[in-house]
Amino acid sequence: MATPKHRRVGDSPMVRRLLIGTAVLLTVLLLFMPLVLIFVQALSEGWAGYAGNILDDYTLDAIGLTLVVALMTVPLNMVFGVFLAWLVTRFRFPGRKVLTTLIDIPFAVSPVVAGLLYLLLYGSNGWAGQWLGEYDIQLMFSWPGIVMVTVFVTCPFVARELIPLMQQQGSEEEEAGVVLGASGWQLFRRITLPNIRWALLYGVILTNARAVGEFGAVSVVSGNIRGETNTLPLHVELLYQDYNIVGAFAAASLLAAIALLTLVAKAIVEWRQSRV
Amino acid sequence: MSIEVQGINKFFDTFQALHDIDLTIPDGQLTALLGPSGSGKTTLLRIIAGLENPEQGRVLFNGRDVTQLHVRDRRVGFVFQHYALFRHMTVAQNVAFGLDVLPRKERPSKPEIRKRVADLLEMVQLDHLAGRYPVQLSGGQKQRIALARAMAMRPEILLLDEPFGALDAKVRKDLRRWLRNLHDELHFTSVFVTHDQEEALELSDQVVVMSNGRIEQMDSPLELYARPDSRFVFEFLGQVNVLSGKISEGTIRQGNAWVRLPDSCDNDDAQLYLRPHEVRLTQAPTEEAHLPFQIEAISVIGAEVRIELKPDGWACDELWEVGISHTEFNARRPQRGDRCYAVPEVGHLFCDHQAVPKTLDWSVAR
Repeated sequence: MATPKHRRVGDSPMVRRLLIGTAVLLTVLLLFMPLVLIFVQALSEGWAGYAGNILDDYTLDAIGLTLVVALMTVPLNMVFGVFLAWLVTRFRFPGRKVLTTLIDIPFAVSPVVAGLLYLLLYGSNGWAGQWLGEYDIQLMFSWPGIVMVTVFVTCPFVARELIPLMQQQGSEEEEAGVVLGASGWQLFRRITLPNIRWALLYGVILTNARAVGEFGAVSVVSGNIRGETNTLPLHVELLYQDYNIVGAFAAASLLAAIALLTLVAKAIVEWRQSRV
Repeated sequence: MSIEVQGINKFFDTFQALHDIDLTIPDGQLTALLGPSGSGKTTLLRIIAGLENPEQGRVLFNGRDVTQLHVRDRRVGFVFQHYALFRHMTVAQNVAFGLDVLPRKERPSKPEIRKRVADLLEMVQLDHLAGRYPVQLSGGQKQRIALARAMAMRPEILLLDEPFGALDAKVRKDLRRWLRNLHDELHFTSVFVTHDQEEALELSDQVVVMSNGRIEQMDSPLELYARPDSRFVFEFLGQVNVLSGKISEGTIRQGNAWVRLPDSCDNDDAQLYLRPHEVRLTQAPTEEAHLPFQIEAISVIGAEVRIELKPDGWACDELWEVGISHTEFNARRPQRGDRCYAVPEVGHLFCDHQAVPKTLDWSVAR
């Protein structure tokens, strides 16, 4: 006997299959295939060839520089993000709303433009650059410049994660802590930090992913000096332009691997966050 | 420890939250700050704690000026409206927090802290919950843990912000009694904020009624209820029946209603305020009063029978309410729609040209 079916609007089997099919097809074509292709290409000369490409001196330098940039950017933006979120959510002052909006500038501005701005300001012809030049300090076309633009591009991630959470949690727990005699540092370490730890970690993971992968802004200020100012994303492009396709994909596979790790870490943190 | 508040003014931007507040809270007393929301009572409590700074005025503990003293050094116990338990700590860790953050020199040893926490949890009768997290507790349990945490530092002053606001009626009543007992046992000075007049009257030694950032009246619950200084206090503290009219020849009149006043009064516009228990109901008007009503509703729930009355031939903003005993109710069995007359026994006359109300007693004249 046929059971009566109560369908919701638009819930016919045809529509459903069509929609799911399209989604799966697009995901495979646009996301999954390219990812797989990176590894296929990278390994097209076998594992030995892959290892040779990775252990190439310039590639190793690029890996090293990328790690240094990430290691400097992430802690800096972690501290800055926590500070900013604390400021915006715990105090009332004129310009607070403006500041909250300004945090998003790096998201709104194209990274290339950000790179150009830094070049204009700190390059040898820029205002700050000329003054620094007198003291023989060169920021652009060297690693400090790369760190500076990476910090700029990634600075909203931590603050953006923390602000809504801290707003929602309010400051009552901190007030309770002060009344009980906790110092500012004790408050932060024993109350604020444990309450925001998962959101903070989430922000850090995103910051790290972006810091490692940033191309546009870095390419403007780096100067592409092999072995000196070449980060991994820049190196991929360089190898590609040298017609070293397999080498380019080998380097790219490292970035892809970092991306996959980031996704796994993100999933774990999201799961932890939902439990708290 | 006594608390003194002198000439406090507090602004939030251009809004003045408190106007010239002067207040003395004697050592060992339980004082209620009572008022509608927005009356400034919580702000005043937070100023006493040091969580807000007044623009003007001083706060003194036992005669010592603490206005400039940081919250952290005031050593008061504070219970927040929504408990503000540390969500990532267990109940025991919450209670131990104040002791844990003491400078090393003053901090008790680990076993000693553990002992103190156990004692406090026993005091609030929740020792079996030591390992739980705040999300696993009910509202009443959270409230008691918040109290235990505040008491851990053995404060001489305990401040509570709407301590029972978020709890259901039964738990509320239990906790109120329990707090009263705890207070009598440990003799700290406590101040609590509430908008519930019953709570204020039942729990406290002294009630401070506030409205619009000012203190309306400060008195013992008994005095406050019997002799309110202002219309606001009168209306805020429970049900009130009003006859507004004109006084002439010692009688206040409006429409066909009139009440002969036992004392001589100047001719003026005036309101006669009567509590539900200060009114008798009769079948016929008396020589003193002619207040005709129609019975609008009868509710037999509770210790007495509450009768709502609609004026007949005159007007008032709100229906009158009169409480009669079950015995009286059973003897007469009034019905909805019946006509009856109210006779005042004690009343409070607010004349438009006099600041202080006059208490009238008809039973003396009789």
